[in-house]
Amino acid sequence: MSKFRKDSGKELPAISTSSLPDIVFMILIFFMVTVKMRDVSLKVHVVTPQATELSKLEKKSLVSNIYVGEPLAQYQRTFGSEPTIQLNDQFAGVGDIINFITAEREARDEAEVPFMITSLKVDQYTKMGIVTDIKQELRKASALHINYSARKKETVD
Amino acid sequence: MARRKLPEIPNASLADIAFMVLIFFLMVSTMDTDMGLERRLPPMPPPDQEKDDTPPIKERNVFVVLVNAQNQLLVEGEWLQVEDLREKAKEFMSNPNDDPNLPEMTEKDVPFFGPTKITKGVISLQNHVGTQYGTYIAVQSELVGAINDLRNELSQKQFGKPYNKLNSDQQDAVQEIYPSRISEAEPKKIGGGK
Repeated sequence: MSKFRKDSGKELPAISTSSLPDIVFMILIFFMVTVKMRDVSLKVHVVTPQATELSKLEKKSLVSNIYVGEPLAQYQRTFGSEPTIQLNDQFAGVGDIINFITAEREARDEAEVPFMITSLKVDQYTKMGIVTDIKQELRKASALHINYSARKKETVD
Repeated sequence: MARRKLPEIPNASLADIAFMVLIFFLMVSTMDTDMGLERRLPPMPPPDQEKDDTPPIKERNVFVVLVNAQNQLLVEGEWLQVEDLREKAKEFMSNPNDDPNLPEMTEKDVPFFGPTKITKGVISLQNHVGTQYGTYIAVQSELVGAINDLRNELSQKQFGKPYNKLNSDQQDAVQEIYPSRISEAEPKKIGGGK
């Protein structure tokens, strides 16, 4: 009749799982909050072309985006169906690019300005005329580091 | 009549449901990684520069790629498909047999490699205003790919690993042998049609 007798008859009480849903919901909400949504709403239709030699865009904060493509159906009445440039949240002309680059530079830290990249998200059926114009404007603004946004091409072997 | 107590709903499966929702969100929210073809534009020439006095590049040193408004390629005066461009560009940049029609080679001392023949070749890409952007990117991608292939082959032969696994000194040496010289013509506002 020892006091320290192992009571093998009794089972261990099961760990309560009633708080598990709360933990999982916490993780879920964490993910939902941290996933970064696209910060501009696209007003032009962009399907980027396919290419093989791609590199990843690191440092999202240093990237400024220029979208080019046909305006979406609801804007075609006012802006026509020719490929148009979209900067930030609005339609723009080629002449606005220099101002856009300047504004983007001012928004960044001065030390980061040399590492800024301009990402051109251009629809694959756009004619090169407008792209060449944009490139000339970027050269004038000396934003020389650019990235032609593209999708990875599935190689058929 | 006494109310019967309702049986409690088991909540053990709530965790599984929540996990399912969690996994759904994890799958759907692809943190859309931006991929792209990285290029550097040449700086704008200073406005006071009238005529550049750089000596003209010999014709054998230039690999001319023309793309017209119908998205057709003319490479070195020859009609070519985009798929065949990479091989052609590689042959041009490496010039393995010292062909007199392919670019000149100059001997130079490169670290890790010793005296090596380095090509003077330049790739020149010209496109029409009406060229489709998709074609333009495909051509650019093939040209960049040709140079990347050559670099990879060389570093595989010399160091036994691919180019992007080399350290920066080795990369510089490989880069010196196969420079990435793709020039784009200044846009010309001539020629008919849109």
